[in-house]
Amino acid sequence: MSENGYTKNEMMIAASARTLAGERICFVGVGLPNIVCNLAQRTVAPDLQLVYEAGVFGARPSRLPLSIGDPTLVSGSTAVTSMFELFAFYLQAGLIDAAFLGGAQIDRFGNLNTTVIGDYASPKVRLPGSGGACEIAIHARKVLVIMRQAQRSFVEKLHFRTSPGHSGDPEHDRMRGWFGSGPTSVVTDLATFGFDEGSGEMTLLTMHPRVTLEDVKGNMGWEPRVADDVGETPPPTDDELRIMRAELDPERVHTS
Amino acid sequence: MSKVATMADAVRELLRDGDTVAIEGFTHLICFAAGHEIIRQRRRDLTLARMTPDVIYDQMIGAGVARKLVFSWLGNPGVGSLHAVRRRIEHADPESLEIEEYSHFGMVCRYVAGASNLPFFPIRSYYESDIPSVNPNIRPMRSPFEDGTDVFVVPPLKPDLTIVHAQRATSTGDTQIWGLLGCQKEAAFAAERVIVVCEEIVDESVVRSDPNRTVIPGVVVDAVVEEPFACHPSYAQGYYDRDNAFYLEWERISKDPDALETWLKEWVYGLQNHAEYAERMAGRWDELKPGARMSGEVNYGEYA
Repeated sequence: MSENGYTKNEMMIAASARTLAGERICFVGVGLPNIVCNLAQRTVAPDLQLVYEAGVFGARPSRLPLSIGDPTLVSGSTAVTSMFELFAFYLQAGLIDAAFLGGAQIDRFGNLNTTVIGDYASPKVRLPGSGGACEIAIHARKVLVIMRQAQRSFVEKLHFRTSPGHSGDPEHDRMRGWFGSGPTSVVTDLATFGFDEGSGEMTLLTMHPRVTLEDVKGNMGWEPRVADDVGETPPPTDDELRIMRAELDPERVHTS
Repeated sequence: MSKVATMADAVRELLRDGDTVAIEGFTHLICFAAGHEIIRQRRRDLTLARMTPDVIYDQMIGAGVARKLVFSWLGNPGVGSLHAVRRRIEHADPESLEIEEYSHFGMVCRYVAGASNLPFFPIRSYYESDIPSVNPNIRPMRSPFEDGTDVFVVPPLKPDLTIVHAQRATSTGDTQIWGLLGCQKEAAFAAERVIVVCEEIVDESVVRSDPNRTVIPGVVVDAVVEEPFACHPSYAQGYYDRDNAFYLEWERISKDPDALETWLKEWVYGLQNHAEYAERMAGRWDELKPGARMSGEVNYGEYA
């Protein structure tokens, strides 16, 4: 808890939820994205349809789901589908407006690694792997990334590219013919980033209250592009904090 | 003809050492009791397939039943890592584990190809990903039609044995599931042999009253095992909730090989069957029981 009454995670969750303003159909991931999407549905995106890769469309969870396959996602949802239908008819066919991804490593073009740290054949750390991330990165119209920022996770070179981001060549990206186009935003515990249209490169947009440019640069493995008009991320509102604490995460699993 | 069997007999008759076995269920309906029986029978050299190897495969791999793992997401969902699996992959401790990995959609389509008797299945995944570079079974292909779209194809997955859990089934194996469906149906149709484990064996009239809910017909099922609470600590929609405390506890147990061995002795090797497990867990069931939220009824129509 900071002296101003909210935690770093609460700032990150609130800033991330705001990136969903006006979105309609969102693919929800494990962990933090769960609470981010549920917050967005109660604030900036009341019409948001929550889609879970487990095969649920239009979830209305009555408790914070413990995993992406929680039974509360099913009860009261619009539709339960087979996983084939979910991935083929909803995701691959382009129905998903926005999706959350994260990873152990991200590079300046928004490529993500969720597979291994170290060499694939004899890894230092074996991570979960793709799950649905590889296809989500390709098919979701907007990919939103939420990750804690550190030198070891914001890296110059990924150890493994699980999910493709921008290529660094905008002409190549246009010719791919994918619904997706690489991540559109990255929200960390320190700052928010967008991606430069010309270069596809991650660009610092706002810094959270009391965070300095040195803090941001000191926690990433490359010299980032910085927007001309870098501002301060608005802190979590009373309303956002109340919803997170009283409704979504009363046990403070994600928000402390 | 009735296919009802005990778990011990079903596993003894339908699983052989060296087989490829899939225990499916996406978070929901994961048949832990079947995994425990396989451990208890000390099966060896299995190839374990599953989209999301979670705690049950950590237990099985920790117990030494497997030589290979085929998967798309490896972890203790919502909690952390599978440490027994990681020890084998990262340190070959106590021995190495061969792995073959896909994305979720790739795994689903492998079962679809297997169930449909197709030689491969094309998907628009894996573009500009490193996954195909470490798995030669994911191959690029160009559409033979005019659009010339580049796709990747994955090969069929046909398990020797698929084990699925369901809320209810008849004694001949007509199986009904509600809640998350995962790829239970695809994995069952793809398999050479199928064991259905259920919370309740019901009369055929129950199934016939609601045929849209039937996911797997008895014609592809070899054995039916009635085993209440067989998914614990996973869940069965409407019957019992996920026991999250156990998933959290597994993080600690799985990190320590000695603790894992002690757990297996106490909860698997030391018990005759799942009924004993359920009996010892008796204090948990009230807490995990959900409230009622009944579905509406539909009129199928009488056309006599």
